[in-house]
Amino acid sequence: MSLNQQTQVSTRGKKSFEVLVIKDRCKECSLCIELCPPKILERDSSYNRFGYRPTRVTDNSKCVGCRICEYACPEFAIFVKEVKQ
Amino acid sequence: MEKGKVLYVNGNEAVVEGAIAAGCRFYAGYPITPSSEIAEEMSKRLPAVGGMYVQGEDELASINMIVGASMAGAKAMTATSGPGYSLMQEGLGLAIATETPIVIVDVMRAGPSTGIASKAWQGDIMQARFGSHSDYEIISLYASSVQEAFDLTVEAFNLAETYMTPVIMLSDGVLARMRERLYVRGQNELTIVNRKKPAESPESYMPYKRGEDYIPAIANFGEGYFVLKDSLTHDERGYYYERPDVQAKFVLGITEKIRRNASKIYRWEEAYTDDAEVLFVASGVMGRIASAMVREARAEGKKWGIFRPISIWPFPEDALRRAARNASKVITIEMSVGKLIYPVKWSLRDGQEVSVLPWLSYEPPSPDDLLNLLEVKA
Amino acid sequence: MEITLQHPLERYIRSEKMPTTWCPGCGIGTILQSFLKAVDELGLDPKDLVMISGIGCTGRVPHYLRFDGAHVLHGRAIPVALGVKLANPKLKVVVWGGDGDLASIGGNHLIHAARRNADLTVIMVNNFIYGLTGGQVAPTTPKETVTYTSPYNPDSKPFDVVKLVAAAGATYVARWSTAYPVLLKESIKKALNHKGFSFIEVISQCPEIFGRINGFREPYDLYQKIKKIGQIRRGISPFDAKYDWNEEISLGEFVNREEPTYLEQLEEIKKKARGEKA
Repeated sequence: MSLNQQTQVSTRGKKSFEVLVIKDRCKECSLCIELCPPKILERDSSYNRFGYRPTRVTDNSKCVGCRICEYACPEFAIFVKEVKQ
Repeated sequence: MEKGKVLYVNGNEAVVEGAIAAGCRFYAGYPITPSSEIAEEMSKRLPAVGGMYVQGEDELASINMIVGASMAGAKAMTATSGPGYSLMQEGLGLAIATETPIVIVDVMRAGPSTGIASKAWQGDIMQARFGSHSDYEIISLYASSVQEAFDLTVEAFNLAETYMTPVIMLSDGVLARMRERLYVRGQNELTIVNRKKPAESPESYMPYKRGEDYIPAIANFGEGYFVLKDSLTHDERGYYYERPDVQAKFVLGITEKIRRNASKIYRWEEAYTDDAEVLFVASGVMGRIASAMVREARAEGKKWGIFRPISIWPFPEDALRRAARNASKVITIEMSVGKLIYPVKWSLRDGQEVSVLPWLSYEPPSPDDLLNLLEVKA
Repeated sequence: MEITLQHPLERYIRSEKMPTTWCPGCGIGTILQSFLKAVDELGLDPKDLVMISGIGCTGRVPHYLRFDGAHVLHGRAIPVALGVKLANPKLKVVVWGGDGDLASIGGNHLIHAARRNADLTVIMVNNFIYGLTGGQVAPTTPKETVTYTSPYNPDSKPFDVVKLVAAAGATYVARWSTAYPVLLKESIKKALNHKGFSFIEVISQCPEIFGRINGFREPYDLYQKIKKIGQIRRGISPFDAKYDWNEEISLGEFVNREEPTYLEQLEEIKKKARGEKA
């Protein structure tokens, strides 16, 4: 990839995302945590209503919006929202 | 068609005429003697009136297909005989649990197991009521003439739609193939019943909520109610819920629905019962022959009476008790080792002597044959 | 509990029944996610969708979806679904079943529905085991693994259901896994719009039962195994697809062609019946 193309990519502007967790649906399966490419998901230390420690986001600013967590979750417990700038 | 017409047909064909007159537009079946003719007739007649005939890959496919078709609003039917009816028991349970109206025709034949395919028998009387597992009630009708086969098939569909239940239309190898005059009633001469429609809007709708008549108004698929029909024990929302009171309400709902309305469902025919000292009970082909026998016996001065149940289930217990009130003996005449005798025994508690006269030949007797046998017995 | 936080697909879900009864990490929910995204992106009217399922963990799918649905008998979802579709052809009927439900007890109905080119979409969740009943061997269980009724490995080799359904005449056959949810979503879109019989097998993880008994401690471990053996192949015949636990389970679209559907054939018959009368 030439320097010109690299510049083109970065001038398109960076989108911003927010990862939201419906805590009481999470069952600690950890698929989202393992699969997240920028590794911004971890297990919370507090328990939800059913005794599971749900996923929590460490740093929304690093989310690239790939939605792998959203697609992988078997419980509709996590999803990604695009934050309009 | 609006006006009636006269035909000369057999019992199987009469069932087909009755089904089409009642509005049946979906048939899924599997060939089995002596009912295959119903499938053959349906495959010819249904497409011509805009219906669909499907030959299932087996009886299991057939029964489940008609349940599915009925869940989507169609009036659906299948026909079979003993071995096929045995296969259909689980599917029957599905229709019962989801309260889906269907009509199953069981043209009884000699059994058990493969038996003699082309010969009549009356051995499935109890299976019609108790063939499937666990708690339920069922409606079962048994005709003894070609005209009655037509009329009762229309009744079967009406009862199925009214009570959101399967109805077992019993027949036998003799009725299936005997030819008689049939008056096919026109649409303007028939009463056709369609299932209740939900009264509420989808937001507050509970498919299995029962009214005063114990009958739920269950929406069909595709009407916007997002209804869930479940073979698991379910509550009024139709949701599986593992709790003792849900199970209790579920089985009570299904059984009380028929029991509380039984008086509207009972059908029977009786003659010479006011002063009968010996009462004969018989249904279907044997009912017809026994009726002729009693007529002849009366001409000879014998104080005999005849009670012919037409709704085998629910069995008309009170009517039988009344018919037998002056009798000291009650004898069922059956083409089997004795099945009808069970509900007869259950119904009577006034000290009558109850027994069965089993006719174990598949060649139906003449009234004289029966009279000769009974010289020894009654 | 967050009552205000709603998933983007919440309107398709019976929220009052969540969370599901499935085990943590079970692949069925992931497949549902792809399915609902497909429905959403196609813009289908929820009133026209009907979910029919058999017995098993996959059979619980209609419980969680806010569409018309029926949870029927083990192995009999396909005939029920066919009855529904024929009684009301404008409905889009989807069958959900596991490998045991559809390929064992329901096998006969599966091959006949494929033969008829029945207007149904069948999604078979293959987790190599009978999960709901506690982990018994299935006709899809690989010989190298164990289950609670095959402690000495299965007695027979497994089906490759893709081959079975293709040989029976199905006109859309695909296999994906929970490791490729976006491809699965796209395939579901195709299947829902396909004329006639469409069949999608989805290799899925059963972490609590199949996973544990075969040495995969975490859902992610079994997921990785499924991701590794699932190889996407393009343009191969279904009869060249592999179904091998050690080497490869071929994924992709194997059959996609158009033939007269069952409904079309029944309409032809209606025409003939009326024509004869005239």
